[in-house]
Amino acid sequence: MDQSSVAATTHHDVVMEPSPYAIEKKKLGMWVFIVSDACTFGAFLFAYGYMRVGAPVWGTPFEFSSILNGVVMTAVLLSSSLTMLASVRAAQAGAKASAMKWLGVTMLLGGIFAALHLREWFKLIGEGWRLFHNPTGGAAQFGATFFSVTGLHLSHVVSGVIALAFIARGYQRDRYDASHVETVGLYWHFVDLVWMFVFPLMYLMNAR
Amino acid sequence: MGATLARAAVHHAPPQGFIRKYVFSVDHKVIGIQYTTLSLVAAFVGMALSWAMRIHLAWPDARIPLLSLLSPNGMPGGVMTPEYYLSLMTMHGTIMAFFVLTAAPMAGYGNFMLPIQVGAADMAFPRLNMASFWVTFVGFVLACATFIIPDGPPLSGWTAYPPLSAVGPAAGPGQGWGQNLWGLSIALFCVASLLGALNFIVTTLELRTKGMTLSRLPISTWAWFINAGVSLLAFAVLLPTCLLLVLDRLGGTSFFIPGGLVFNDQLQPHAGGSPLLFQHLFWFFGHPEVYIIILPAFGIVSHILPTFIRKPLVGGWKVITFAMAAVGTLSFVVWGHHMFVSGMSPYMAMVFSVPTLFITIPSVIAVLIWVFSLYRSNLRFDTPLLFSLGFLSLFITGGIGGFFLAQPSTDSYLHATTFVVGHFHFTMGLSAIFATFAGFYYWYPKMFGRMLSEKLGKVHFWLSFVGVYCVFMTMHLTGFAGAVRRYSAFVDDFMVPLIPTNRFISVAALLLGAAQFIFLFNAIWSRFKGPKAADNPWGATTLEWDTTSPPPFDNFGGRQMTVCHGPMEYDGEAAVMQTSPESSVAGT
Amino acid sequence: MSGKIFAVLVALITLVTAYCVIAHVWWMPVDISVHGPKIDSQLEETVLVAGTLFIAGQLVLAAFVFLYGTSRTKTKQIPGGAKPLVLFAFILVGAEILALSFIGSKAWGAVYFSAPDPGSLPIDVQAGQFAYYFRYAGPDGKFGNLHPELINEGTQNYFGLDPEHDPDARDDIVTAELAIPVNKPILLTLHSKDVGHSFYVRELRVQQDFVPGLNLPIHFTATQTGRFEIVCTQLCGLGHYNMKAYLSVLSQADFDEWLKKQAAMQ
Repeated sequence: MDQSSVAATTHHDVVMEPSPYAIEKKKLGMWVFIVSDACTFGAFLFAYGYMRVGAPVWGTPFEFSSILNGVVMTAVLLSSSLTMLASVRAAQAGAKASAMKWLGVTMLLGGIFAALHLREWFKLIGEGWRLFHNPTGGAAQFGATFFSVTGLHLSHVVSGVIALAFIARGYQRDRYDASHVETVGLYWHFVDLVWMFVFPLMYLMNAR
Repeated sequence: MGATLARAAVHHAPPQGFIRKYVFSVDHKVIGIQYTTLSLVAAFVGMALSWAMRIHLAWPDARIPLLSLLSPNGMPGGVMTPEYYLSLMTMHGTIMAFFVLTAAPMAGYGNFMLPIQVGAADMAFPRLNMASFWVTFVGFVLACATFIIPDGPPLSGWTAYPPLSAVGPAAGPGQGWGQNLWGLSIALFCVASLLGALNFIVTTLELRTKGMTLSRLPISTWAWFINAGVSLLAFAVLLPTCLLLVLDRLGGTSFFIPGGLVFNDQLQPHAGGSPLLFQHLFWFFGHPEVYIIILPAFGIVSHILPTFIRKPLVGGWKVITFAMAAVGTLSFVVWGHHMFVSGMSPYMAMVFSVPTLFITIPSVIAVLIWVFSLYRSNLRFDTPLLFSLGFLSLFITGGIGGFFLAQPSTDSYLHATTFVVGHFHFTMGLSAIFATFAGFYYWYPKMFGRMLSEKLGKVHFWLSFVGVYCVFMTMHLTGFAGAVRRYSAFVDDFMVPLIPTNRFISVAALLLGAAQFIFLFNAIWSRFKGPKAADNPWGATTLEWDTTSPPPFDNFGGRQMTVCHGPMEYDGEAAVMQTSPESSVAGT
Repeated sequence: MSGKIFAVLVALITLVTAYCVIAHVWWMPVDISVHGPKIDSQLEETVLVAGTLFIAGQLVLAAFVFLYGTSRTKTKQIPGGAKPLVLFAFILVGAEILALSFIGSKAWGAVYFSAPDPGSLPIDVQAGQFAYYFRYAGPDGKFGNLHPELINEGTQNYFGLDPEHDPDARDDIVTAELAIPVNKPILLTLHSKDVGHSFYVRELRVQQDFVPGLNLPIHFTATQTGRFEIVCTQLCGLGHYNMKAYLSVLSQADFDEWLKKQAAMQ
């Protein structure tokens, strides 16, 4: 290769041979991040299990309405994974308008999930649940674990919506391409997957 | 796609202006030097703290004037209070373990060398890389800030066991905002380490140049790569542990605080938490952490040895790499050996004891490889080799101490004695420091384009080597006599006879510390006055020696690197560069 | 030259260290417990195994560094390459490790897996910043319940006993010193009132943490009379270095006398 032509494009994607794993670096980066984030959630859930097993009395506060709310939230989040998938498919096929539409729907569903979740939180707080207080007289650890685990998940959902908005804007202006949509999609599916652990552990197991 | 690449290429044009070039730089080489410098500053801070502690232990009434300016409360009249001693001890451990031992050999050298060693122009995510450094920097500033807040630094040790660390000011001085800042500082350090590990993994897998197959990776790259994997899982658990601790302190939760605790006749409002939960979470991180510290040292020594013994390591890249991978994997199943006397079920103690002993097998394999690689070799006694040999000696000694502590029965006598202090200073503390020194003397010419003074380097080595044995071997021995660690004064009947021995340790420690100023002087003086370094002053083979000293902004001046050999093609004087099309001399 | 100095230095350090350990320049104090000899022999065993490895490792390193200077132009690998080394590590070190784990588990098992003797003398131990208190059940053989909210150092209610409402608590004897009869099995129950502490008596070869929220039992039998220090080995705050109590091992008669005197002082 001619020296001057190499010097003109110093970026490594051009200089290097393609990756042996046929996976883009940002996608691999996202996978690596997911592994580490899964460990973080794992530690929170381990703490929850430890607290719960150790507690002599564990209050189970969720009435049918809360469980129903949780089921709706689950349905919303699951559908958002489907719409995310649709967006990635469309982006890969080059159908930009369609991809943008599905991205919008995904963000909307994420927003609905967060709103429903916050409603649940405020309801619990209204009933007197705190990080350190259990109005039913059971272990105070319920509030501590519930708010911290779901709070961590909620913060992931909210940052996911922000990331989607950021990517959507760049994608709209051609600064990002389908691979960016796919990468942020990976994150979104991961957040969805985590909820599949959080929902049964935090809601169903705490149904009255 | 075209637009994306054009943008990326713009990001890789050499930056103009001081701030983009030296402060908020995305260049991995600048970030590597920033990390190394931060660690160097942290190391001298940590060392100053150990000096203050050793002076206090040997001469309890000594006045330390500078410290009394820093902390009028902790040093009334210049004489150290017991609580301030514990604060210094806590910060010594925290700063050394995180900001020196974890940061320097991994984030410092790794950042500078890993992309060059795989033939890349930069890390996979340069801006993330910059973020890692600055988050680490803020973490360090927060850790240091504990010294100037009125409450002073926390005194619960680098392990921060609750409830001491969790209940707040009721537990004593330093347990107010000092402990909060500590928690936040470590949480930030975790975030930075996670980002760094992510970058290392992706860079190693994705950015290798033509011909750089996994079997041709330098062993140092392998070590950083394996270590990034370990860090990724371990720090991901320490982060929530710190967050839960801070939540207990500021949010009123009781994750780690059981009910019925009474301080100064006041019943605490907490109930239902478990200190053992913290210990499990902390040591799940904490034991891999000691391997996070030592694995880069393995890599650095394995990388340096072949250059100075002029032959490949026994078993080539495979055996040593598999040994490192085995150590990294096993490190996740041994954490319980820190908790033998913590009221864990004795059956669990057995469960943790066996893998703890078994983790010595890959470590012993690594040691045998290094030692037997010296057989009929051609040793060149430059400073990097001396420090590598020093590492070997220290690591053997440290590993031997592990036999005593891995068994619950002997540990139940030696636990929390100075034997443990000597042991971990040998195995992870000073072994890693010696490997870091070896790396410093080895890579300095590449990083700064100047040679260090060999004469000063050797004086530094001899004094350090003897000093380390005087200080920490003596601690092993007093441990047999049952001398308890973390005591700020010796008032017990059985501790009093050990006071002269402790005075000897203190004098040796002061001399050991003083020797480090030779190093500091060498590093600073040579930066400006040292002889200019050639591109490949040691006659090495890997890619970092295949470019100018220091390397240009894009590392290879636009050259396309094509790798034809493994990294250990040495035979006596003969050596073949990795990029050379010549056939190899060592037949791999 | 550097190589020879290094080799001699390493050899010298090894020999001095070996001398200090073998000559017991600093060593464990006399053992006064029934289980202690098992731990001591395990320690001696480990000294033998680990010490051999230490001396061998350091001396081989020193010898190679001494022998192989810069004169060689052609280098040579150790005959057989890595395989014998790896095998050696697996077999020899593995065997030593297995031996240590098995013998070690026996020592550990003998100390920790055995159930306490049913005739043990139960004593309740409470650690707090920065003192130990000990409680004997008194003539009724029953410990009163603990009420942490009643703990009051001013009225010397260190344990939070409620003698007014709790008949079991009335005859509990609280002391600042741990006295035990010699040759009698003792069952201590450790609990902490505030942070983590530890119970370490070197002569008993006993070290056990106090973990807040848990009641941890340990049992032992002392074989010699005398007065020994109990010290705290778990970082507990500013007074950690000074947290201690005394263990008095007395003859049965002396012990009974002592307990009577303590009961009278309550």
